[in-house]
Amino acid sequence: MKPSRTLVIGVGNEFRGDDAAGLIAARKLRSLAPSDVRVIEHTGEGAALLDLWQGAETVIVLDAVQSGASPGTIYRIHANKKSLPPRYFQHSTHAFGVCHAIELAGALQCLPSSLWFFGIEGDSFRYTVGLSPPVQQAVASLASELANQYRHPWRPRLQATAHRS
Amino acid sequence: MKNRTLKVDYLARVEGEGAILVKIKGRHVSDVKFRIFEPPRFFEAFLRGRRFDEAPDITARICGICPVAYQMSACHAMEDAFGVQVGQPIRSLRRLLYCGEWIESHALHIHLLHAPDFLGYEDAIRMAKDHPEEVKRGLRLKKIGNAIVNLLGGREIHPINVRIGGFYSLPAKSEFLPLIENLKWARDAALKTVHWVSTFAFPDFEQDYNFVALRHPHEYPFNEGRLVSSKGLNIPVREFEQHFSEEHVAYSNALHSATRDGESYFVGPMARYNLNLDRFSSVAQQAAHEAGLGSVCRNPFQSIIVRAVELLYACDEAMRILDTYEKPETSFIGIAPKASSGFGCTEAPRGILYHSYRMDDRGVIVNAKIVPPTSQNQKTIERDLWKFVSANVGMQKDRLQWRCEQAVRNYDPCISCATHFVKPHIEDE
Repeated sequence: MKPSRTLVIGVGNEFRGDDAAGLIAARKLRSLAPSDVRVIEHTGEGAALLDLWQGAETVIVLDAVQSGASPGTIYRIHANKKSLPPRYFQHSTHAFGVCHAIELAGALQCLPSSLWFFGIEGDSFRYTVGLSPPVQQAVASLASELANQYRHPWRPRLQATAHRS
Repeated sequence: MKNRTLKVDYLARVEGEGAILVKIKGRHVSDVKFRIFEPPRFFEAFLRGRRFDEAPDITARICGICPVAYQMSACHAMEDAFGVQVGQPIRSLRRLLYCGEWIESHALHIHLLHAPDFLGYEDAIRMAKDHPEEVKRGLRLKKIGNAIVNLLGGREIHPINVRIGGFYSLPAKSEFLPLIENLKWARDAALKTVHWVSTFAFPDFEQDYNFVALRHPHEYPFNEGRLVSSKGLNIPVREFEQHFSEEHVAYSNALHSATRDGESYFVGPMARYNLNLDRFSSVAQQAAHEAGLGSVCRNPFQSIIVRAVELLYACDEAMRILDTYEKPETSFIGIAPKASSGFGCTEAPRGILYHSYRMDDRGVIVNAKIVPPTSQNQKTIERDLWKFVSANVGMQKDRLQWRCEQAVRNYDPCISCATHFVKPHIEDE
């Protein structure tokens, strides 16, 4: 199958509360995104992620983070230009997760032309299903932002936002 | 001499959440704790009241790295309970599925998690800048392991095609063809990895361990065999609980396993190697010899070489199975439940994984017990830390802390499994 030029990857575990933020955001985007944008949900296992985005031009990764900021805070990082702070991912149970995959791709010079990371600050990562209210609001807001502001052609507009953020 | 504490609050490059605390009083270690703070998950309780045929898929959820091991141990325990023996074609395919899991798990640990310790890098990202070929090789090997699990298991993580008595469906021979070409590459690549890791510098740290592994009359062990040890144990799997027990320690969310005498024991690649070297294929035996491994390896820092030889073996064994594969006429044997008990033990990438179940006359699970490999190695990990720090108490603190983390990673601990289950903290008192 020919890889989609634009790939959206929602990462998380839907049984760990706000850890599902990236998955839910991706689900919302799936119905809103242009048809040539591929939207997938993923556990965040790093080695598989590296493989997944091969051939894509623009990759958008949506994931929950835990940096200590207010729950619902949205981080927008253009990974081609800036490193992801590992402290955002202190509660990842993966020995090799999202942050490692993005940074390793950079070290191996195999990042997509444009990789955007959108992190949503979580509140609770307990064994439960469902997002906390501030995270739920942030997910809706981010999905709407991506769907409305970054409609066709996504890539140039995303690059334009790099200057705004 | 003042008291010191070595502390790692959140151990990196392991699966799950844990910590290490070492207290040093003067020139002597006064306390060692390998803490596991990932929350307990009560899988054994979840299983009560569920049907016997749900056990493989429920227990597979304990771990995203070694779900095949959980499925295999559950299947063997249930088949033991109901007196079922699968035929050779299904046995071979189970070995093939296990090869896939060993390849993906070992490739990840060797190249991305453990090698940076030996080469002086904080992590694989920094190592990749100087050793891109080795990192890429590890990633490609892992991908090939994933492909085997995906093809036979239905998906890469938490496969869904395994059932008690066999598989839900089986691939045609033609579907395996692309894998064969990849496995040829993988076997050569794994041999390069054996040579690469054998050039690393290893601390001088040989210990007298009680190694425990499965042993089969003809095969390097995956699914079947008797439980044997380097101290002379030789028992059927169903006698496991007569010889080993678990205890709760206040500082860890994972149970600690020990022999009935309260002694630590060692499971995993080094145990398998030491008790089954003669069951390796000639390719793997030759590679072990060239890498400088003797007939017994007692230095846990050299576990990376043993793991690499097992990686090579898994590629070689997968090739052997695929070379003769013909799709069986039936994919599983049906089972009629009855009131019974069953016991299963298979070799997860990290060591023996024991399951036992008791069912009522409708096949509903009344009682379940699961003992994962990392629980069994916890006591040995603490013993290694105690002995290593005692022997190197004069070492600079940063360097000692580094070595402590490396010593834990020698066991490739899977904390998620053990809480079904690390960071060092070294403290001077």
